Amino acid sequence: MDRAAPRRFDGGGPRAFLHRLRHGDEVAHVLTLTFAAVILLLTSMLVYELWVNSHLSRIKFGWMFFWTRTWDPVFDNFGAAPFIYGTLVTSIVSLVIAVPLGLAAAIFLSELAPRRMSDTISFLIDLLAAVPSVIYGLLGIFIVVPLMRTTVGPILINTLGHVPVLSQFFKGPNYGVGFLTAGIVLAIMVVPFIISVSREVLLTVPREQREAALALGATRWEATWKVVVPWARTGILGSVFLALARALGETMAVTMVIGNDPKIAASLFAPGYTIAAVIANEFTEATGDLYLSALIELGLVLFLMTFILNGLARLLIVATERGGGHPS
Amino acid sequence: MSRLLLIWRKSLNVVMLTLTGVAAFGVVAVLFLILGYLVWNGGKSLNFDFFTQLPKPVGETGGGMANAIVGSLKLLFLAAMMGLPIGLMAGVYLAEFGGKTFAYIIRYTTDLLNGVPSIVIGIFAYSLAVLPVKHFSAIAGGVALGIMVIPITVRSTEEFLRAVPGSLREGAMALGASKWRTIATVVLPAAKGGIITGVLLALARVAGETAPLLFTAFSNRFWSPGWGQPIASLPVMIYTYAIAPYDDWHRQAWAAGLVLLALVLIANIGTRVVLSRGGGGRSA
Repeated sequence: MDRAAPRRFDGGGPRAFLHRLRHGDEVAHVLTLTFAAVILLLTSMLVYELWVNSHLSRIKFGWMFFWTRTWDPVFDNFGAAPFIYGTLVTSIVSLVIAVPLGLAAAIFLSELAPRRMSDTISFLIDLLAAVPSVIYGLLGIFIVVPLMRTTVGPILINTLGHVPVLSQFFKGPNYGVGFLTAGIVLAIMVVPFIISVSREVLLTVPREQREAALALGATRWEATWKVVVPWARTGILGSVFLALARALGETMAVTMVIGNDPKIAASLFAPGYTIAAVIANEFTEATGDLYLSALIELGLVLFLMTFILNGLARLLIVATERGGGHPS
Repeated sequence: MSRLLLIWRKSLNVVMLTLTGVAAFGVVAVLFLILGYLVWNGGKSLNFDFFTQLPKPVGETGGGMANAIVGSLKLLFLAAMMGLPIGLMAGVYLAEFGGKTFAYIIRYTTDLLNGVPSIVIGIFAYSLAVLPVKHFSAIAGGVALGIMVIPITVRSTEEFLRAVPGSLREGAMALGASKWRTIATVVLPAAKGGIITGVLLALARVAGETAPLLFTAFSNRFWSPGWGQPIASLPVMIYTYAIAPYDDWHRQAWAAGLVLLALVLIANIGTRVVLSRGGGGRSA
């Protein structure tokens, strides 16, 4: 029954350490700490493996890897430009669609909807985030692609295709697969993240802010748009970065609808390729060492992009939740 | 003039607020559209054979995905064996022992790992478990999914342990229990429901992952005995069947999609219901 004996809290010192060791505290501490350290080890190994295994490609192509537009496994000539372009374009298209939609829905959920309704809808939207990406790809192939080819594409070409500047992006043959289709599918996939994070942030805006605006005679919309949203804008921006990081790294759904053609085209209807898609498609058939190395370097690029964006997003969200994003 | 302005402001108010509602309900409608389409298309092609038969050779209709269902379960088992111990123990460390600097580093690294695109995790698992032995295997797939399980488990475990009221810990300590005894016999049991929920959600999330399996577990049209051979899984099967040019394969892809989505949604809804009943060990 020695564990019932009174413990002496004499601070540090070897005797206290021995005491804690005998009672298992130090053992438990060290044990859990070891497992926690494994996470650190795994993450460092991940960076290390990406760096080491892309060695051949980094040596051979250097910085030109980012500007070269050819991707030619036969002659061992690899450039990342078409993939980086495709990744950025599809992500931007998805944000252009998802941000207004997500922000509007978040405003509805935090400002207008009664609490119960807001919680129910948020729950359903969270479920949308849990749907595996391969299922979005499946629906993309069999619903969105035919819809783009027969209905949405022609409508866009006939309307926006005649507007002076926009016609750049809405012209050319429409195959159904391409940047725009991938962007639309991505938008559906990232909108739940924008909604749930933005709603959380909007809910942290103090009640007095709304009441003050309403008391000054603002309409509900004015109070929301001119007071509540600016207050939460840093956090909302954080949610956008988070969504962008998701969109950049998304693989399956994009691979299935983008057309997988390493070209840089201004038209959003043109088929393209993204970093994640080319890794998914060609990794198992990469025969040469240089080929594999170039694919792994693409993985490294993707890792760094999402790493930076996630870091920024977290900073922004923490900043809003601490002190409010209001101009100080 | 000011009257006109007032009308403008009021109508803007109504229009914009309506639009926000339309956006919210529109996004929810997408969920039901997905569900409806999968149930409609998948339901038509789902039959008993799907769960009991192997895939048929190209050209023959019928067959099922029994090997992929078993494969997915085996991969999940491996992922749980590898990822859960690390995730749970690290969660306990962060909630109960964590100092300042080291705990901060661990938390940051966990978030970082959580944000790594799944295809990059695939490359990592490839270099860890495929390159050294030169062939795809169930083990390699398990490593990939196991790594993805870790960050989700760490966060939920830490969160639910922190939700256990401090008075419980103090009570146990006041009775003379040592710290680890307090954790093992008082804190962990109190947070049990929440932790199990977190684990289930983590497994549900990786169950649908395709990208990291493409070049680790690869795929297989036959049974995969043991752990050292390429193995089929539901998500990878959906992918290969969906992009193939055969109508019969498309029907099977829908059926597989329905099964996968049903599993993922049941896990998500089920755990949420359990949690909202107060099984999460929350203080109130």
